[in-house]
Amino acid sequence: MSNPNLKILTVDDFSTMRRIIRNMLKQLGYNNIVEAEDGATAFAVMQRDKVDFVISDWNMPNMNGLELLKAIRADNNLKSTPVLMVTAEALKDNVVEAVKAGVNNYVVKPFTAEKLKEKIDAILNV
Amino acid sequence: MNVEFINPFLQAVVTVLQTMAFTTPKVGKPFLKGKTPLSQSDLTGIVGLTGVINGSLAVSFSEAAILQVVSNMFGEAFKEINDEVRDAVGEISNMICGDARRMLAEKGHEFQAAIPTVIEGKNHKIFHTLPGPVLVIPFTVGAADAFFVEVCFEASKSPGV
Repeated sequence: MSNPNLKILTVDDFSTMRRIIRNMLKQLGYNNIVEAEDGATAFAVMQRDKVDFVISDWNMPNMNGLELLKAIRADNNLKSTPVLMVTAEALKDNVVEAVKAGVNNYVVKPFTAEKLKEKIDAILNV
Repeated sequence: MNVEFINPFLQAVVTVLQTMAFTTPKVGKPFLKGKTPLSQSDLTGIVGLTGVINGSLAVSFSEAAILQVVSNMFGEAFKEINDEVRDAVGEISNMICGDARRMLAEKGHEFQAAIPTVIEGKNHKIFHTLPGPVLVIPFTVGAADAFFVEVCFEASKSPGV
């Protein structure tokens, strides 16, 4: 059962993808969604407000997704925040790099709402 | 350019549109573009590729095609090109490029990709990042609304040419 109050931060430089993910999350019962268009903006949001879950792209200007992930894991207040990477970067080396940096799970674009749910549920153990 | 390089882009287009826009595009016969840089469409996303060989990908939509695709993606009717539609062209190009790169990597050809750029306008020009033969793969969606994928690799290293 989804927690509708779970505060989810979606990070992607393309508004199209932020909108698609927002629509999918709402279908899944998540209603507390905030957005950022790059890693730097996302990190600033997380410094200011409590965020329960991060869904981030990789290739973005102003701090990419991997840099954001590393910044989150290096911050004592934020390091336990679950991070799901949703990205077109599908090469094995990229996935390995993200895992080493502490990503909780990884979705390769294009993806379905079912796949997104599966990956979120796996992180939240629901 | 041999099929090993063509098919991943062709398959990626179908996969991306089926998954994200719930539509299966029809593919036409690929052809080599002449020397003109003119596009045949209204909106184009261009992605630079670097690797053992460098090149670029362009995904070029007619207005009718992209409005149909975006309407499907968002579940609401889009009647004209706006910032959301332009943004969608960039993201669609990004996803097609990523999926094609994944398939090419499985065959031993690894590429990095830049963040897409979107250009717009009737008779706009598509300048690929490096000189080389431009392969055009034509597609249609819905009632024959056209879009095109252009793939260009460096002339001196173009695979299979």
